[in-house]
Amino acid sequence: MNGPLVGQVINLLAALMLLIAFAMLAQRRLLRLIHLFALQGAVLTLNTLVVAATLAQSHLYFSVVLNLVLKVIVLPMILIRLVDRLDLRADAESVGNLPLIMLVAVVLVILSFNVALPISELAGTITRGTLGIAMASVLIAFLMMITRRKAVAQVIGFLAMENGLFFAATSATYGMPMVVELGIALDVLVGTFIFGIFFFQIRETFDSLDTRNLESLKDRE
Amino acid sequence: MLLQLIQGLLAAALAPLVLGWLNQCRAWLQNRTAPSLLQPYRVLRKLLRKEVVLAVNASWLFRLAPYIVFACMVLAGSIVPLIATDLPFALAADVIALVGLFALARVFMALAAMDVGTAFGSLGSRREMLIAALAEPALLMVFFTPALISQSTALTTIVDQFSNGALQLYPSMAFAAIAFVMVLLAENARIPVDNPSTHLELTMVHEAMILEYSGRHLALMDWAHALKLTVYMAIGIALFLPWGVAHPHEWLGLPLALVALAAKLALFGAGLALLETLAAKMRIFKVPEFLGMAFMLAVLGMLVHFLVEA
Repeated sequence: MNGPLVGQVINLLAALMLLIAFAMLAQRRLLRLIHLFALQGAVLTLNTLVVAATLAQSHLYFSVVLNLVLKVIVLPMILIRLVDRLDLRADAESVGNLPLIMLVAVVLVILSFNVALPISELAGTITRGTLGIAMASVLIAFLMMITRRKAVAQVIGFLAMENGLFFAATSATYGMPMVVELGIALDVLVGTFIFGIFFFQIRETFDSLDTRNLESLKDRE
Repeated sequence: MLLQLIQGLLAAALAPLVLGWLNQCRAWLQNRTAPSLLQPYRVLRKLLRKEVVLAVNASWLFRLAPYIVFACMVLAGSIVPLIATDLPFALAADVIALVGLFALARVFMALAAMDVGTAFGSLGSRREMLIAALAEPALLMVFFTPALISQSTALTTIVDQFSNGALQLYPSMAFAAIAFVMVLLAENARIPVDNPSTHLELTMVHEAMILEYSGRHLALMDWAHALKLTVYMAIGIALFLPWGVAHPHEWLGLPLALVALAAKLALFGAGLALLETLAAKMRIFKVPEFLGMAFMLAVLGMLVHFLVEA
């Protein structure tokens, strides 16, 4: 494939990642949030595939498959089943002052672009322009975890953060070593299972998935 | 100059058809029997024949407003490159002037709605102003991204640059496109923001403003409304799908451009109809949030342009 067009495609996919991150930040409905998460995984997979095909990096193909199976198929399926079992299918939560959150997210984007600029100037990869976007999507996912109160949305924020991290690794150094990648994948998978168990526990104890209830567990002296 | 004239007339002539197509698509998607594609023309003809009924206290402003609004929209229609980029007017009026034209039409419409002094009129114009005050900056921001890319605010230059030469992907334009569609829905009183087919006092915005109009005045207002939608769609096509437009001194490209325009408008209209069918009308107090998002997305588009493409 020729250079400039590939660079543009990668930039476009990176911009899509950022767009989906913003959409997730604003999305109130849980089911839609999971769909968006799956979509982000798909964009990430596509991006990795483009990088792998351009550079003929064989280990990246492995990441592509791992991504596809884990983030586009397995994790969303687990999450949707969880939502079904918890009977949250039609659940929507208030996100608070959305314009303010969006404004903060834009500031985060500017910040991460500024932070990433010196690093990406040093990097010689064709994906270096997207490092800022990767960092921004990590921070936005973080912001999403902070602004949500319901446990399921927080977990999706956590998983989206992992997406951003993976994207950052691809854009800075063409992916992580395979051992690390496998480790993270397993962590995420097991984490989701454990979170699933937690959800039931939280709901049984408090009759709701609002994590603010957890504050009442602090002992008062 | 001839082309300029033809294009202004084309926009005006095409506008009811676009509206008819949109209504037809919506009817199909909602399992209703669709009205004829030419229904908006028939409505216009009927209204033009009917006599005008004026409120006793209607002033000259009320009578003048439909003509001003319609003239603004026709002028806007001749600035936007529909089939050709060889437009002398467009050099004098860039995208910012275009936004100004829309604002002029809107101000007169709102003033006229308040002129008679009915409750609905002032309610509608206040809501319209609320929406417009938020939609306008978002629209300007949407325009700035392509203006930055092509180093020009003239729509014809932007289209020339985008449709010429090799395929270039601009991630920033993806943000701008989404923001633009959101602004389009808000500014043209389409479904998530306003329902064009209701006269329910709680929800109407645009309809409340033109409630007092009748006869040829109403015809002009309706026509201007359809024209505004068409112009917006044409702007969207010009910015985001500019291929197929005829370049200066390319007379042979004109028929092809016409076909391309028809296809793109049909596609865009069907997409809008789908969007409107899927979306539910939102509460009026949610509109600032909706438009705030549009503004953010447009700003993000600009940021992405500076940081990834520059």
